Amino acid sequence: MEWMNKSWWKILTVALLCYTVVGGLLFPVPKLLILNETIRVLHFHVPMWFGMIILFTISIVYAIKFLRTDELKYDLYSQNFAKTGIWFGLMGIVSGMIWAKFTWGEVWSGDPKQNASAIGLLIYFAYLILRGSLTDGMQRARVTAVYNVFAFATLIPLIFILPRLTDSLHPGSGGNPGFNAYDLDSDLRKVFYLAVIGWSLLGIWFASLKIRIDLLNEKIEDKELVIF
Amino acid sequence: MSQIQTFLYKEFLLEWRQKYLINGVFLYTSSTIFICYLAFSIRGVFITPIVWNTLFWIIVLFSAINTIAKSFLQENNQRDLYYYSIASPQVIIISKIIYNAILMVSVTFLALLLYSLLLGNPVQDQLFFFVVVLLGAVGFSSTLTMVSSIASKAGNSGMLMAILSFPIIIPLIMMVIKVSKNAIDGLDRGESMDEILLLFALNAIAITLALLLYPYISRN
Repeated sequence: MEWMNKSWWKILTVALLCYTVVGGLLFPVPKLLILNETIRVLHFHVPMWFGMIILFTISIVYAIKFLRTDELKYDLYSQNFAKTGIWFGLMGIVSGMIWAKFTWGEVWSGDPKQNASAIGLLIYFAYLILRGSLTDGMQRARVTAVYNVFAFATLIPLIFILPRLTDSLHPGSGGNPGFNAYDLDSDLRKVFYLAVIGWSLLGIWFASLKIRIDLLNEKIEDKELVIF
Repeated sequence: MSQIQTFLYKEFLLEWRQKYLINGVFLYTSSTIFICYLAFSIRGVFITPIVWNTLFWIIVLFSAINTIAKSFLQENNQRDLYYYSIASPQVIIISKIIYNAILMVSVTFLALLLYSLLLGNPVQDQLFFFVVVLLGAVGFSSTLTMVSSIASKAGNSGMLMAILSFPIIIPLIMMVIKVSKNAIDGLDRGESMDEILLLFALNAIAITLALLLYPYISRN
């Protein structure tokens, strides 16, 4: 994890996010029915989900790495990426609910994507409870890594199942005006792709800071053990 | 293969010697159904097929979680160590899954019998409903056995088993409720083929994951 300490990607993150905030709020947007100016949420709400999925995937990769090597540092990485992912998921749900209040009229409409994200968060809350209930470091790492992989792999089919049950209210599906392939406007694209990269990098930055704090705390604890 | 048979035999023998566990499961399910019956019959409310279906699967879900949570209860550390020295972890988890599947199928069918007696039976395509019940029970056992092994490492509290399994079981239970609703309405069976295939796929995913991941859980 040498790259964690490099500063070029942090400067890039800040620049991308400044561009996102300014461009996302000021650039012209297409006038669409129902959505109108709320379409700007695209640059803030949708990247949260991209960020969450990227963070959870990194967490799974480290969980698998831990299971293969039995090195506790991978467990630390996996845990912190999952925790940051949970924050991104919460932000995504809250921003989506605020947006839905203005466009759909309800904070929660039982939309399949809303439900799927709520289930995803339930899984990772359970993951945290499971972590809390175990005390032995090695066993905790192994059991939670197994749950992480098992839960993520059973979550995937959900993406194929839920849309079969009801149609989504989200823009772009069920005949709603939206920003899918043919009407993702070039003005929106100018900001959206960079916003996704910026927010995801911010998530990785958060996680890397937390990992470094935890590693330092471990060092301090080791030193205290030597003193006493 | 013969190892799996031996382990299955051992599971049944243990269960037969400690009859209170299996009897407890049956009593749990029947009392739940009886409570539902009493609660709904207070004012002679008519239960629509949708409510009938959903209530049935929720009862089955709770019985399944409580039944399967017990599957790693009887094992203690020394005996575990002995099992791992004579068989591979895959053999152990597969025999647990098969045993739980047999147990769940019998619990579910008993529940269905009692449930139909007390709350009526609106199902139009009886045979197809049985198939769905069978698939659902096997699916519950394959997913929940793995969760049970995880919960058993964390002190085996009932609450932990429930919160770990609820989010994981959602795809399965939604699929099962949808297909069994089709069976209740007596729709053409071809309509539900997609969902049946998905149920098989979910079972296959759960069993493969259990085979891959259980060795890490059992290693100490």
